[in-house]
Amino acid sequence: MEPVIQIKDLNKSFGDNHVLRNFNMAINAGENLAILGKSGSGKSVLIKCIISLMEVDSGEMIVLGKDIQLLNSDELDSLRAEVGFLFQSNALYDSMTIRENLEFPLRRHWSKEERKKGADAAVKEALEDVGLSHTIDMMPAELSGGMRKRIALARALILRPKVIMYDEPTTGLDPITSREISNLMLSVQKKYKSAALIISHDLNCIKMTSNRVIMLIEGTRYAEDTYENLRKSEDPKIKEFFD
Amino acid sequence: MGTVKLLKQIDNAFFREVGEIAQFTARFFQTVTKPKQEWEEFINQCFWVGYKTLTLVGITAFIMGLVLTIQSRPTLVEFGAESLLPSMVSVSLVREISPVITALICAGKIGSGMGAELGSMRVTEQIDAMEVSGTNPFKYLVVTRVLASTVMVPILSSVGIAIGLCGGYLGVNIRGHISWNLFWHQAFEALSFGDLIPSLIKTFFFGFAIGIIGCYKGYNSKKGTEGVGQSATTAVIVASLVVFVLDLIAVQVTDLLGLT
Ligand SMILES: Nc1ncnc2c1ncn2[C@@H]1O[C@H](COP(=O)(O)OP(=O)(O)OP(=O)(O)O)[C@@H](O)[C@H]1O
Ligand SMILES: [Mg+2]
Repeated sequence: MEPVIQIKDLNKSFGDNHVLRNFNMAINAGENLAILGKSGSGKSVLIKCIISLMEVDSGEMIVLGKDIQLLNSDELDSLRAEVGFLFQSNALYDSMTIRENLEFPLRRHWSKEERKKGADAAVKEALEDVGLSHTIDMMPAELSGGMRKRIALARALILRPKVIMYDEPTTGLDPITSREISNLMLSVQKKYKSAALIISHDLNCIKMTSNRVIMLIEGTRYAEDTYENLRKSEDPKIKEFFD
Repeated sequence: MGTVKLLKQIDNAFFREVGEIAQFTARFFQTVTKPKQEWEEFINQCFWVGYKTLTLVGITAFIMGLVLTIQSRPTLVEFGAESLLPSMVSVSLVREISPVITALICAGKIGSGMGAELGSMRVTEQIDAMEVSGTNPFKYLVVTRVLASTVMVPILSSVGIAIGLCGGYLGVNIRGHISWNLFWHQAFEALSFGDLIPSLIKTFFFGFAIGIIGCYKGYNSKKGTEGVGQSATTAVIVASLVVFVLDLIAVQVTDLLGLT
């Protein structure tokens, strides 16, 4: 079967700062792939390139069978509907209620009639998925960090994406909440049969959620294996992460 | 040598900024004509602009009308032209005071508000999130705000004129007496199209410039909370300066067209 996301020889630099060098990876359907790397190693840059928020210098990116660099803006928008994105900073719209936040992605991808009929149910289901039905009329500022993360996840799920990209889903949360989020990610994967790209330096989260791990070191794919195998590795650069 | 270098740097930064604002404006015109207008957000923004500034514009205009009347009276009395007081107040308010005061207040409140709001949306990745969810953030955020301030500044300035004239009425009646009807009659009689139209046109430009600069500063905000504060402050400074420059241009143009 063809991978959901395939990246070949990706290069991206900011001036002299060569962030990604000939980076390669592939995610298969239904799989959770984690990318582990230090802060500043270019993880966020990588997924921003995949969703075309940043332009790359060279390389090929095939997402759900489409080369994203060849799409016009309408095609790109419809592709983006199938790719959920959880931002590192959540990126909830602070001037909108939780309901409006969740409805926002629907404005482009559903017709007016569809929204009238289905938006309410879709919002309620997404909130139920993350266990926060009671917050529907609250503002993001009234929620705790962990709750905001879950709302952001609900918003990423509302269009039932085939792939979800998580940018550090558990950073800045306490261990208990982190575990809750990780469990949530797993249940989402089960329920919607989606694939996921998880970017993190939180080992517990990676251990719980991923089927496979890529180590991103100095802009390249340094190693790729299951979490358990990498943990046993004797390579000093890999060991560094697990100590 | 050091000073020359510094001056050169400032110069470069200045021209780069002017160029970038010009590009931003061009992007506005490209985007505004594309289909699917965001009417709801536009109406929201109009309310927001009005709500934020109406009280301040009203109070300031009232006081300006009052003070202008009180201060001009002695001079006019000296020439035995006290009866011209209502006309003088109305012409000054319409031509200069209300448009400029309103624009400066809007530059302060709206320009900084847009700078800070869009700036924090940029920094917290909300603008990226919009783009990812298929809504063009430039259209949704920038176009609606620029249009709202372009429409609202002329309206606010007109309200300012009306309230300023009320201040003028009070000012005339502190030391003399004039009936409400006569005051308004004289105030309107003094006005011609040559006063009203240029004033209206220039407020449209003021509103447009305030919106563009506030949005430009916010939309291109640098990362970090510091960047947001900086966007807000520079938006106010640049917008106020541009208002004065536009005012200067407007006065020259009306002069050339013989509307004075
Ligand atoms: N817009 C940008 N302009 C210039 N340089 C950038 C930009 N975005 C990221 N970088 C640089 O790219 C590098 C990687 O940044 P990135 O945000 O991807 O790190 P990260 O791996 O996500 O780190 P963290 O775990 O802290 O989020 C950094 O050196 C950063 O300075
Ligand atoms: Mg990051």
